[in-house]
Amino acid sequence: MKGALNRGTLLVLQVLVGLGFLLLWHLLTTIPVIDGKPLLPPFFFSTPLDVLARTAKDFAGTEIWRHLGITLLETELAFAIGALGGIVVGFAFARRELLAAVFDPYVKAANALPRVVLAPIFALWFGLGIWSKVALGFTLVFFIVFFNVYQGIKEVSPTVLANARMLGMNERQLLRHVYWPAALTWMFSSLHTSVGFALVGAVVGEYLGSAGGLGYKIHEAESVFDVTGVFSGMLILAIFVIVIDTVVTMIENRLLVWRPDTAAKTV
Amino acid sequence: MSSGHSASTPAASTPAAFARPNPAAQAVRFAGLDITFQLQTGGVHRAVSDITLNVARHDFVAIVGPTGCGKSTLLNAAAGLLKPSAGTVEINGTPLSGLNAKAGYLFQADALMPWKTAIDNVAVALEPQGVKRAEALERARAWLTRVGLKNFADRYPHMLSGGQRKRVSLAQMLIRDPQILLMDEPFGPLDAQTRQIMGNLLLSLWAAGDQAGERKAVLFVTHDLEEAIALADRVIVMSAGPAAKIVGDFRVELPRPRDIAEIRTEPAFHQIHKAIWASLRVEVQKTYEMSAEAQQ
Repeated sequence: MKGALNRGTLLVLQVLVGLGFLLLWHLLTTIPVIDGKPLLPPFFFSTPLDVLARTAKDFAGTEIWRHLGITLLETELAFAIGALGGIVVGFAFARRELLAAVFDPYVKAANALPRVVLAPIFALWFGLGIWSKVALGFTLVFFIVFFNVYQGIKEVSPTVLANARMLGMNERQLLRHVYWPAALTWMFSSLHTSVGFALVGAVVGEYLGSAGGLGYKIHEAESVFDVTGVFSGMLILAIFVIVIDTVVTMIENRLLVWRPDTAAKTV
Repeated sequence: MSSGHSASTPAASTPAAFARPNPAAQAVRFAGLDITFQLQTGGVHRAVSDITLNVARHDFVAIVGPTGCGKSTLLNAAAGLLKPSAGTVEINGTPLSGLNAKAGYLFQADALMPWKTAIDNVAVALEPQGVKRAEALERARAWLTRVGLKNFADRYPHMLSGGQRKRVSLAQMLIRDPQILLMDEPFGPLDAQTRQIMGNLLLSLWAAGDQAGERKAVLFVTHDLEEAIALADRVIVMSAGPAAKIVGDFRVELPRPRDIAEIRTEPAFHQIHKAIWASLRVEVQKTYEMSAEAQQ
């Protein structure tokens, strides 16, 4: 992809793929084939024009912004708390061998657990408000950040570390100038994944029981067989994800400017 | 390394004069040093054995020896990065415990913090001494100018060439003004021309300390005999490992200031080279034969 395509050509091709999919969907749900009925009944599959119309109507109203706000808040909280926990525990485990060795099997077991089974428990503990969703997102984000911070500290170049020590740095200075930046690098390299999982936690939590948010909106539409509403909710979710991902990429490029692959572009 | 003028006349030279040294006048003093590593496979590897060596203050000492002879191990012991299995390391007459605070270390591999710009890498070296950041940055800028990187202060290490990174490392080491410089094949990864330029830069910075009356002691490890002679006052030859020993100790009586590219053409240089190589080539040969046997 690098070099072979310029941005314009790439964008045109990306749009063409989307349009092709929509056209196919439109044709399959509207062109009569057998007994004057289309191949895909609109009741089950809706039609792209209906979905777009519904989405546009939603965005024009106020209700959707409330749902988006709730989901965004849950995602932010799940990410912030999960990342903080992952950093603290990651640091502690990487710097204290014994701690890591003792907790190793429990960390692995907890991480292997499918989070969906926890959702009803969290709903019992934290209620149907935002905190049960934050808790679900936390369990996803925490492990990603934790593993990356742990790895980042373990993989600090021995030469860089020896050099910093020879410069006379004490433990606190090593933490600030060597371990912390190394851990952050790994954390940021997993930023897309962890932000994505924070959102998954929020939406799945809402889907399983809540009174607001995108997951709730989709679930609500499903319960009355409103397929257009479901697809429209998914479309809004997709737009939301792209916006968040763009913001993450901008933050990443800003913070990791020293990394070889994010800088030094030729004009 | 050219072996053309080697074999015929062994030891037609001046082995170093051993003055009985006053311990406190020695920057670094190894006595009966023995370093043995515990291997993960269960056995042990004796890297160096029974090393006794005095490095006088203000002396530039190069250590040469075949690959894997424990040259770097010796340097790490002087830095306090490695604890000797037996024997002692003394710095300025006091036994070393923990890291050597008097020494600066220039590593062979990249040792700069990749997330800091050139100037930040240099300035951070002053933080342990409690220098204020504004002053540290000012002094770092002066040092970057001295090593010829005035216009590269805001570059990150990956945006610099290998030679430029070494210059930053040199500034980072020297800004702390250490009394002893430990250098582990620092110019090894660089190309031939860059090595010569870096060698001359090192010599000029070292000689600048001379005028201030505080020339530093240098322990310079290299596998390049020509580099060792061009730079040093004294060349130590180590035997093939394991359990490497010191097998040669030569004074290099070449006038200073030197240009390390030009000095190689002088007849005196060739004489010294011939003498040291006679002692070194036996060890290189041994290492070669051992590795050939190991492959069979």
